[in-house]
Amino acid sequence: MKKMLSFIRKEFYHIFRDKRTMLILIGMPMVQIILFGFAISNDVKNVRVAYYAPHYNNDIQKLVAKIDANDYFIVVGKCTTKEDINHALLSGKADIVAYFDRDFSKIGKKGSTPTVNLIIDACDPNMATMESTILTQVINDYFKNPAGGTGALLVPHTRLLYNPSMESSYNFVPGIMGLILMVICAMMTSISIVREKEVGTMEVLLVSPSRPMGIIFAKMVPYFTISCLNLATILVLSVFVLKLPIAGSLIGLILFAMLYIALALAFGLLISTIMKTQVSAMLVSMMGLLMPTMLLSGMIYPVENMPAILQWISAVIPARWFITAVRKVMIQGLPMAAIVKEIAVIGGMLIIITGLSLKNFKKRLE
Amino acid sequence: MNDEMGNKVIIAENLTKKFGNFTAVDHITFEVERGEIFGFLGANGAGKTTAMRMFCGLSRPTEGKGSVGGFDVRTQAEQIKKNIGYMSQKFSLYEDLKVWENIRLFAGIYGVKEGEIKSRSEELLHRLGLYEERDSFVKSLPLGWKQKLAFSVAIFHHPKIVFLDEPTGGVDPIARRQFWELIYEAADQGITIFVTTHYMDEAEYCNRVSIMVDGRIDALDTPRNLKEQFGTTDMDGVFRALARKAKRGD
Repeated sequence: MKKMLSFIRKEFYHIFRDKRTMLILIGMPMVQIILFGFAISNDVKNVRVAYYAPHYNNDIQKLVAKIDANDYFIVVGKCTTKEDINHALLSGKADIVAYFDRDFSKIGKKGSTPTVNLIIDACDPNMATMESTILTQVINDYFKNPAGGTGALLVPHTRLLYNPSMESSYNFVPGIMGLILMVICAMMTSISIVREKEVGTMEVLLVSPSRPMGIIFAKMVPYFTISCLNLATILVLSVFVLKLPIAGSLIGLILFAMLYIALALAFGLLISTIMKTQVSAMLVSMMGLLMPTMLLSGMIYPVENMPAILQWISAVIPARWFITAVRKVMIQGLPMAAIVKEIAVIGGMLIIITGLSLKNFKKRLE
Repeated sequence: MNDEMGNKVIIAENLTKKFGNFTAVDHITFEVERGEIFGFLGANGAGKTTAMRMFCGLSRPTEGKGSVGGFDVRTQAEQIKKNIGYMSQKFSLYEDLKVWENIRLFAGIYGVKEGEIKSRSEELLHRLGLYEERDSFVKSLPLGWKQKLAFSVAIFHHPKIVFLDEPTGGVDPIARRQFWELIYEAADQGITIFVTTHYMDEAEYCNRVSIMVDGRIDALDTPRNLKEQFGTTDMDGVFRALARKAKRGD
């Protein structure tokens, strides 16, 4: 036990004395949460709207004022000619131009169908779709609640069913948790084991009476501790900075995350038994864990939209199951019973990966 | 411990290690006595490292018998590990740990008692002239000092045998000479020294020398007898005469 403690202390020294490692371990989670939470955002915000109304009237004025009052939109000006419309979009002064048709003057009159054409800069098709959805809703609202309007004339009624304010952080936070915990545990553990092999100190440890499993266990303890700290940082930042509520059981969430951390450590051990240099361990962690986690786990692109083959591949990526479960517990507030399947999958992976890496580790010692 | 073996702390009898079709160590037989400085020479790829790994309990022999400190290399690797010290050709200490932290770590690993660690490490630091440097990181020490410290750490727990795998690589002759003074001191205390080296002047310092060629031991005697036998004035000549026969290269 004493031996184990002195090993663990040694590992902490290694980490604390390596400034770069410390920066990655402590800084990366914070930077990512803040980047994804604020800077990189899919939210519709401050969309600039210009309008063109050859037959300007009171209704149009009220509608434009209503659009301007909405948080998502800013009315930037009026186009005086049709050429102006194109110019406003091309020069980037406006993202949307609302073109109020001639019919708009006959609003409220029997048999007339007033139309608004929304001309949208669709360089980013997803954003364009979202902008049009929201603007249509604003316009529909105006006719539905005629606080000065003229009564129900426009027909289609759209409602946003998911994430009504369309906050992208709801989506990103579970993804970032899945990513950071996987990368830090797996990459850092594997690099630190491989470093000892590369420098030659592993040989010295293996010749000593200490048990190989003890050496490895001592390596994992600090990274497990730091990952738990990171988990806490992420949760605190999400709740207090990104204002993301934890709807379900906090303890359940933390326990599940620890299971996932253990799995990431097992991955790190597996990589370290295969790779011989720190550089190759890092590359394998990046290509084998970071990329698939980002692209195939559903963190950025929904798994449901992927072709069948990629969906199958995503089934072996731990982060996919982790993210699904965290969304369920943290955001939807479902009870732990709802994520039994995910717990089973992560637990099963943990057993398989640990078994594989132990087998590999023993073989390498021979 | 078996009394019949008396003073023989390392025994190899037809010790062999094969990797597939490749015979890295080919039926080597020799004995090393207590307190002896035994030079284990050979060109790169001759099989020295593989043989040494078998004596340290890291690798199981394919054939033959071997014992170290009275323990069987095949079945008693754990006991062997408790009774040997080891210093590798790559550097053995942690560069990002302080001098005293390294001593404490390895002393702890080898089960030296907590109370003894403090007094013995102070004594050691004074003897090596490193007491002022005890709080320095090992990476800031000159290579010669690092190697002396690594050797002292390797014998800190008073092992029966210490295995040195090219311990003096990369340092000048004066630092090597000082290093060998430490080796002699250890041998005087009854620690058996098993050392591999590339430097032929170091071979002259050994009590007996074996030379491995292509996995076999082709010569084994005192440096003086070997020189006589091969009719040369230095160990370099002996080594070259034997190495010329080698079929395996690097």
